[in-house]
Amino acid sequence: MKQAISINVNGIDHTADVEPRLLLVHYLRDVLSLTGTHIGCETSICGACTVMIDGQAVKSCTMFAVQADGARITTIEGLATNGELHPVQEGFWEKHGLQCGYCTPGMIIAGAQLLDRNADPSRAEIRHGLEGNLCRCTGYQHIVEAVEFAAKKAAGG
Amino acid sequence: MSKYVGKRIKRTEDPRLIKGLAHYVDDIGLPNILHVAFVRSLYAHARINGVDTSEALKAPGVVAVYTGEDVAEKVGPVPCAAALPDLKVPDYRVLATDKALFVGHPIAAVVATDKYSARDAVDLISVDYEELPVAIDVETAAQGGAVIHEKFGDNIAYKLTSGEGDIEAALKSADHIVTQRMVHQRLAPIAMEPRGVLARYFPGEEELTIWSSTQIPHLLRTQLALMIGIPENKLRVITPEVGGGFGSKLNVYAEEALLGWISIQLGQPVKWIESRRENVQATIHGRAQVGTVEVGCKNDGTLTGLRYNVFADLGAYHQLLTPAIPTLTGLMLSGAYKIPAIQMNVTGVFTNKMSTDAYRGAGRPEATYVVERAMDIVAAELKMDPVEVRRKNFPAATEFPFHTATGLDYDSGNYQGALDKALGISGYETLRADQAKARAAGKLMGIGMSSYVEICALGPSQAMPAGGWESATVRIEPTGKVTVMTGASPHGQGQETSFAQIAADELGVNLHDITVIHGDTGVVQYGIGTFGSRATAVGGTAMLIAIQRLKEKAAKIAAHILQCEASALAFDAGRYYRPAAAAASTTEVSELDVPVGEAPAGALPEPDTEGRKTLTIQEIALIAHIAKELPPDTEPGLSATYFFEPKNFTFPFGTHICVVEIDKDTGETKIVRYIAVDDCGKVINPLLVDGQVHGGIVQAMGQALYEEVVYDEQGQLITGELMDYALPKASQIPWLETDRTETPSPVNPLGVKGVGEAGTIGATPAIVNAIVDALSPFGVKHLDMPVRPENVWKIIKT
Repeated sequence: MKQAISINVNGIDHTADVEPRLLLVHYLRDVLSLTGTHIGCETSICGACTVMIDGQAVKSCTMFAVQADGARITTIEGLATNGELHPVQEGFWEKHGLQCGYCTPGMIIAGAQLLDRNADPSRAEIRHGLEGNLCRCTGYQHIVEAVEFAAKKAAGG
Repeated sequence: MSKYVGKRIKRTEDPRLIKGLAHYVDDIGLPNILHVAFVRSLYAHARINGVDTSEALKAPGVVAVYTGEDVAEKVGPVPCAAALPDLKVPDYRVLATDKALFVGHPIAAVVATDKYSARDAVDLISVDYEELPVAIDVETAAQGGAVIHEKFGDNIAYKLTSGEGDIEAALKSADHIVTQRMVHQRLAPIAMEPRGVLARYFPGEEELTIWSSTQIPHLLRTQLALMIGIPENKLRVITPEVGGGFGSKLNVYAEEALLGWISIQLGQPVKWIESRRENVQATIHGRAQVGTVEVGCKNDGTLTGLRYNVFADLGAYHQLLTPAIPTLTGLMLSGAYKIPAIQMNVTGVFTNKMSTDAYRGAGRPEATYVVERAMDIVAAELKMDPVEVRRKNFPAATEFPFHTATGLDYDSGNYQGALDKALGISGYETLRADQAKARAAGKLMGIGMSSYVEICALGPSQAMPAGGWESATVRIEPTGKVTVMTGASPHGQGQETSFAQIAADELGVNLHDITVIHGDTGVVQYGIGTFGSRATAVGGTAMLIAIQRLKEKAAKIAAHILQCEASALAFDAGRYYRPAAAAASTTEVSELDVPVGEAPAGALPEPDTEGRKTLTIQEIALIAHIAKELPPDTEPGLSATYFFEPKNFTFPFGTHICVVEIDKDTGETKIVRYIAVDDCGKVINPLLVDGQVHGGIVQAMGQALYEEVVYDEQGQLITGELMDYALPKASQIPWLETDRTETPSPVNPLGVKGVGEAGTIGATPAIVNAIVDALSPFGVKHLDMPVRPENVWKIIKT
């Protein structure tokens, strides 16, 4: 039996009747057409599906859409404000923090969360903060530099 | 001349990717799309006595179910392009018919209106399996026991001997012979985007379009046309954004053909997106060799010969290049050294597992690992420093082109230079002193190195199964915008940027006036693809030569209008100058003309050719299209196509140094420093080269320390998810200290060699050498990968 949900995604209120088993990531991708959030493992390991739910970075492939009822969600499409890139997005571009780009949206969301919690992280803290996100292309070094860039930028440096 | 080439230019493809606006296959929606899910074998080897689809067909949303029997006569077999003498090639049907030969072998396809219904219906299909004895261990499978393909009588797919020189005499002449058995474990490439296929057939036009996450759109089109039985010119393959490949998408898969065929049957678009579990089961694996190396050397460390006897675990079937991968190992067994005689004896063996094929490095990491581990074992035998053994056997920089006993001619190199640079960065002498202190303090510290050579820019067509050239078309549009079409379709390498850098410099236009188009057989001329570190060296060169041809025509037009000889024209920063104007003041010129890089906005201007002293190449494009003032017998338009056939491979090289510390209590290895000095010839974009090197090294760290595809004795895949298959995480990786030397390749005019696989080739032995060095006080000479803490702990404790 379908259930009614109401979710705010990237500042827009959405209501829908969904199957209780519909995964949040499928709701975002297939119902709302927000395909920037990717699916890489279906087991909460790779983090490609990471979105921000009420300010927390969450893996949307192992959460049901009905569990997000009433939540405020930010996906990669909603991270820039007024057309201006989020500092972490800018960092990824500036420091070549992506190659194939598939892990990138989840990685950027995780990076943004990390900086929310710690505005001036060390390299070790950045690496620890990104442990839940796998990248097969970059070897992580440029991603670490991207987050460092964003931290400096956010601090006005 | 070089405004862009050699600079750290940010990628032009990034904005869409960092905003979540790029399109991978699963991001493409079409009206009335149907979803496909597969029933896959639960057993490694089983007779299929029946497939009951009746319940599934009654399930809500299910449109069709296809079994092996339904498609056996309709869709051709999965192709193998490798040609080896006396190779046994099994008939690889797109769905299993009488037998399932590996866990994950597709048996039936369900088509439904949504993906949840398709997945539900998979559980309603009942397969009557009769379990058969399995062949899992490669050496056992080679000797007898369960036979996978009955018609062949045994599991030996081929035997091959390669190499030059008298190996017996070479080993006999040695003062020492070291022998070591080595296992190159089975690995899963794990591109972060799993495979995916979308197929749409228009019955009226009889046109089939297949979107697939592939590295080889054109080769795929040719093969799928044959498999499905549709004219090649009615089939269009599009590769949108591709989320990594690492060789795993350099292939032709059953699902790609089947989806195309199903779309034709149903007249509706069909989509299949591989789950990660399917990806580990049924996308090709890599490595999987078990071999023994024998190396002969003199007392002073001079190598006399090398023999490698190896079993290659091919899996149950041949995918596109499966049997050919070990032959690349044979080619690279000379490493960075002068070895007078080399022999490889390879036995390719069928096992009840997924096929192995090209995984980043594809046969070359195995060779480098064998040679570089052997060099350390030789050093230990002779009580020499590993650095000195390597120095002793390098060819000098003046000895290139250097012929190896594997039949190759290395194009250029300075192995000593890369080694010296890496030693300098690492502070090798200090490291050895630190190690002595650490040992005195009871700590386990190890230093390992690897001086590698790789074979890249694949390659001359003579050495390739389906053409080793690459193509490019370069066109300047009437508005002055430049369109480049390359056959080397990328999957994360950044060719939209690096190719635009080369083109912008050569044409003297703004980088942002260039668009690089790839991965669409309906738009781009035939091409080969991106693999074997070939895109820039072969595809970039094709583009460069196409541009030079285009410029010959542009110069002819310029000369006609500027009223001089084409040979007298000067060309600088995108502008042709009449001889007298070359000396003219630049202010006069810039006031006259549209600045370079800015195509005219709005309506097309009438070209004003009266009294001109100079013309930009972008203005000439407009003149060429309007075609009112062309020289006699000149074709209108401004474009050129070139297919570049390289005369040789290229041979990048370098030295990597790894420093590890081992925790005596847990056996855990920590890489504390990693130094990589790579020489990939001329560098187009250092930022992108660094990225390739980093990524490759970390994949090598995965192989050395964490990753292994494990099948149990029954052939069950027990590392079937990312929960079990351990990829390296950010926190496990040290800061990588990278540097370069630059020895241009003489094989192509760009002087580039390729860098995509340097990391996986160079790094693995450096890491294992460091671990063995750390454990040498325990008498350890070799350890197999992945070097797990438990294995190390056992050595320390016993």
